Amino acid sequence: MVKFYQDLSISHKQIVWAWVFLAVPLIFYVTIRFYPTANAIILSFQSWNLLGPRTWAGMENYIKLWNDPVFWKVFRNTFVYLLIGTPVSLVISFTIAFHLDKLRFMHGLIRALYFLPFMTSAVAMAWVWRWFYQPVPIGLFNNFLASFGISQIAFLNSTTNALPSILAPAVWAGLGFQIIIFMAGLRAIPQTYYEAARIDGVSGWTILTEITLPLLKPTIVFLVVLSSIGFLRIFDQVYNMTLLDPGGPLNSTKPLVLMIYDTAFNAFDMGYAAAQTVVLFTVLLIVSLVQLRILRDR
Amino acid sequence: MRMADTPIQAPTQSLLADRTTGPRRSHGQYIRWVLLMFGGIVMVMPIAYMLATSFKYSFEVHTLSLIPQEPTLENYLFVLEDGRFYTWFGNSLFIATVTTLSNVLFDSLVGYALCKFRFPGRYIFFIAVLSTLMIPTEMLVIPWYLMSSTLGWLDTSWGIMFPGLMTAFGTFLMKQFFETVPDDFLEAARIDGLNELQIWWTVAMPLVKPALAALAIFVFLGNWTAFIWPLIVTTSQDMYTLPVGLTTFSDEVDVEWELIMTGAAISTIPTLIVFVIFQRFIIRGVVMAGLKG
Repeated sequence: MVKFYQDLSISHKQIVWAWVFLAVPLIFYVTIRFYPTANAIILSFQSWNLLGPRTWAGMENYIKLWNDPVFWKVFRNTFVYLLIGTPVSLVISFTIAFHLDKLRFMHGLIRALYFLPFMTSAVAMAWVWRWFYQPVPIGLFNNFLASFGISQIAFLNSTTNALPSILAPAVWAGLGFQIIIFMAGLRAIPQTYYEAARIDGVSGWTILTEITLPLLKPTIVFLVVLSSIGFLRIFDQVYNMTLLDPGGPLNSTKPLVLMIYDTAFNAFDMGYAAAQTVVLFTVLLIVSLVQLRILRDR
Repeated sequence: MRMADTPIQAPTQSLLADRTTGPRRSHGQYIRWVLLMFGGIVMVMPIAYMLATSFKYSFEVHTLSLIPQEPTLENYLFVLEDGRFYTWFGNSLFIATVTTLSNVLFDSLVGYALCKFRFPGRYIFFIAVLSTLMIPTEMLVIPWYLMSSTLGWLDTSWGIMFPGLMTAFGTFLMKQFFETVPDDFLEAARIDGLNELQIWWTVAMPLVKPALAALAIFVFLGNWTAFIWPLIVTTSQDMYTLPVGLTTFSDEVDVEWELIMTGAAISTIPTLIVFVIFQRFIIRGVVMAGLKG
């Protein structure tokens, strides 16, 4: 064996070494990533309640999904999370990063304050925010409003307010990361552009829209795609803030991942849940590709 | 002359001056500082209220004050006396640590091989690993669950951590950083008679330490806060991780918010302390991982 190895040429030795390095990871990626992916897709065409046999069901699960009013509600919710969450968090984080970039005094401390929520766990913070949203004798927000004589707001108990209320901690926790990435992007813009603009006497707004934002495009694309994926997969906050009636009231906050969880691990309708995961995968893929296409071309 | 210049020059000047000449003591700069500081304080308010309430008796929970009138450790004593938080804390720490070590080791192994070796199948392997970035965890939880139940991995530490032992994100990050390691270094080590595994470990790995640290931070934090998979795979309270345990605990004590805040504080304080100590280092790591990964 040793002799055989020594007789190999350098490039052949490299091939041997490469597969020595990659052997364990290869097994991992095949068994823990690719096989389960294939299994999920196959399962989406089957019917299975975890106890009985797996039987072929053809398109049944997808047809059921198409005709399920809850699914369309959930589908809509998921996109509401995305369509509010992504723009709101990016506008806020860019505004903060843009101004924070120009501060020197206590820059590090202020940056740390904005970043701190990123270090928290979504579950713990979901409970903190849930407490904030409680009605008057307990909840912080309503107590705060009451101290100004403003009437109570039903946050988590209202079908219209619950979704934005759950979205708020998700946006809040992600801001720190986005601010840091935006500031790194701003730093990477060469000073000479700004100096040239100053010599030409261009206004601040024009500098922002004609120099800063276009040059920041790679950063913006990256954050848009990343935060969109995050909001489309929202689960921890929703599950914990609506624990007694997950996704409630009346499914008004239920995102796709929560529906998948319910279908698979409460109703044990594995095939139907698998079909929902395939939909989630497709949605993520399409949204990412569309965003990359649109943002790159501009 | 001055009158005519100011309207055009003022905004651009204030925009530029600070980055090149340090803080400008203008009005605008003060307002900017005050607003940003205010925003920063608002940002940490949820954390501050969580901590403050964990030191309050239940009769004080409804107050808006951040300083308890009668500070108490009663909540912590109650929550810890229960004993389960120690177990959950230990589980989380163990799982996050093992997963982090595994990622640091294997992601860099793969990243290195894909970067420094020329072999047939290299491109396909790279694309295959990269493509797993597009597969959401949620799509895999059902097959993982079935796999775990067949192999007896349900409700075990291994069951919780096996899906995260390697990540495409980490592999890609490490590959990017190994590109910066000059091939001459590796060649010199080869002439010295080191084998490839030794070269990777003793020559290349020390050169990418900052990237390894960045990866470790991300993986550790991700596993410390992971929720959906531990929720699915664990059934007995002894195997819960902190987030799953906190959910159960909060559900049990229902409206005793001071206890819930204490549980939340226990699961948050460790990462907050780590952040306070390694702040600059962590932020640099996040930028590195975010931009290169």
